[in-house]
Amino acid sequence: MARDDDQRTFVLRTVEEREIRFVRLWFTDVLGFLKSFSIPAQELPEALEEGVGFDGSAIDGFARVQEADMIARPDASTFQVLPWRPDVPGVARMFCDIHTPDGPPFAGDPRLVLRRVVSRAADLGFSFYVGPEIEFFLFDGPTDPKPLDVGSYFDLTPLDIGSDFRQRAITYLEEFGIPVKDSHHEVAASQHEIDLRHTDAIAMSDAIMTCRLVVKEVARELGVYATFMPKPIQGAFGSGMHTHVSLFEGDRNAFFDPTGEHSLSKVARCFIAGLLRHARAITAITNQWTNSYKRLVPGYEAPVHVGWGARNRSALIRVPLTKPHKEAACRIEYRAPDPACNPYLSFALILAAGLDGIEREDEPPPEMTDDVWSMGDAERIGRGIPVLPESLPEALVEMGSSELVREVLGEHLFEWFIANKRAEWDEYRTYVTGLELERNLPRL
Amino acid sequence: MAAPRAASRSVVAMRDAGSDPPALIVADPGAERDRLAAELSLLGFPSIVRTSGSPWHDVAAWVALVVVLDDLETAARRVEQARSAPGFEPVPLLWLVRPDAFAHVPDLDGSDDFIGVPYAVAELGVRLRRLRRRSGHDDPDLIHRGPLAMNVATYHVTLLDRTLDLTFMEFELLKLLVRSPGRVFTRDEILARVWGYDYFGGMRTVDVHIRRVRSKLGQDHAWLIETVRSVGYRFAQVHP
Repeated sequence: MARDDDQRTFVLRTVEEREIRFVRLWFTDVLGFLKSFSIPAQELPEALEEGVGFDGSAIDGFARVQEADMIARPDASTFQVLPWRPDVPGVARMFCDIHTPDGPPFAGDPRLVLRRVVSRAADLGFSFYVGPEIEFFLFDGPTDPKPLDVGSYFDLTPLDIGSDFRQRAITYLEEFGIPVKDSHHEVAASQHEIDLRHTDAIAMSDAIMTCRLVVKEVARELGVYATFMPKPIQGAFGSGMHTHVSLFEGDRNAFFDPTGEHSLSKVARCFIAGLLRHARAITAITNQWTNSYKRLVPGYEAPVHVGWGARNRSALIRVPLTKPHKEAACRIEYRAPDPACNPYLSFALILAAGLDGIEREDEPPPEMTDDVWSMGDAERIGRGIPVLPESLPEALVEMGSSELVREVLGEHLFEWFIANKRAEWDEYRTYVTGLELERNLPRL
Repeated sequence: MAAPRAASRSVVAMRDAGSDPPALIVADPGAERDRLAAELSLLGFPSIVRTSGSPWHDVAAWVALVVVLDDLETAARRVEQARSAPGFEPVPLLWLVRPDAFAHVPDLDGSDDFIGVPYAVAELGVRLRRLRRRSGHDDPDLIHRGPLAMNVATYHVTLLDRTLDLTFMEFELLKLLVRSPGRVFTRDEILARVWGYDYFGGMRTVDVHIRRVRSKLGQDHAWLIETVRSVGYRFAQVHP
């Protein structure tokens, strides 16, 4: 494709022009950790042509030892000079797709998983747009979750470093070409939020990986520590990654119908229904750590019940009604994911679940209009409102029996993920916690 | 890479056909001034005029011809005032002075020049073309728009003194708009010309990339790309 050649020329020329000495090749492992290795600029032409070999056996979820060789193929469209490096010589980065040495894409590459679902959506005529709200905490260091401030939601806190922090982070993000919609102090002390402007799911996943790194980098520069851990402080709000999603058919927002209830189209209703149908099965991916389930509890505005609503803030799927008649603003908000998820896999599953609803022409259950919090268990069960998994093993059981998740992730990744997460749970469940000692030792 | 720095040396240089900024004549009204305008027109340089006492730092021009027939000191002072005016981006100056005043010609910036009155029209032409070349306006790969300079051969883009690191599609998008400032491009047109007709993803792609470019231009310069509601986008008419 001529465009690809143009892109490569552009990258090579820019490297020369900007005196880039090293290019970092980025990719993401199954658990959503950013992996990176550097190549000198003079090796770039060959890297763009043929990819760069590396040993995949050391990467979580990538390969068994006998098939350790992997090829990282840089995606020229993601070439970007790193904003925090000294100007000359500069350092740039590119995201990579992972291939096997024989050529085909590697089944364990999260970017590939998302690509597959996105192209299935394209076959149905849809493009998928995502806008996340990324929450995180700033602490002194990685060992003690002690808040740096006593600020709260929307507070302008002159004494904390939060404002400086957010400003610098936004500047870096902008230099990366990642537009920020909003940024503010969140509900909990020392908690912050950065909302990214919606874009297509692959670019957004790349952007989230970049954003996490930017946040960590800025924290380092300011001598503090940033964490995306879902629930770092006992008794305080956790960090979520509320994800706004919409489908477009060409120029038309397929979720929008001015005559529909809440201006939602049939496509939107089916998408909601599909997402609700598979919500329990995809939770192991959107909330993949044992700690994730300490966020998904009542009382901290995190979703617990599998339901949807326009005004109900406790609903798993919320329909934001800030601009109900504006087509471009029509979207739904999936509130389960946390910022420590793998965005590629999470968005792939959210999209696949929604598409399944569209293909089945599912109707969503009635909207949750009452506050489900105030309902007793009996009433809730009577109304047939399920709850999200309460723990990682419960989520894994749900995932394990889901055909949809198996198909989207592919056999390799599906099996690896469940095994890896069971091991995490085993480690966790055999650990004697401080709480147990505190409660039990004096009494038992 | 000296070339894009030239951006800061022009008030505004819209070099592309049809949008060339004029030369500016700073002179008091009279036969001298009219003749100069006519000569410039003959040489192929459209011009506009300002009397020497009136402000001219806000005029979009690629060169200023300052005609001084008597009081050089006053003229120099006015030029100094104009140069220190807020928002002024220096244009090359061409002083037209009597030979006996040569000794009083003020300190010339490297890009400035002077010529004795009377002069040969041919010499005037040569000097103007030299100034033009030196200020980078004759490099066909270089596009200047106010604070922005794009080199389409090296892909180097600068905003004031800052290098903008764009991705390829962002660069192509900006190039399309920048080449025709003021012209409105529909999303359709942008999509077809930058991404190609077979591109899947629809016109949201355009909006998304516009946002990315604006975010890289930063809050102070995001206005360079204007949204024309329910039509598309255009690059701002940077000056005046």
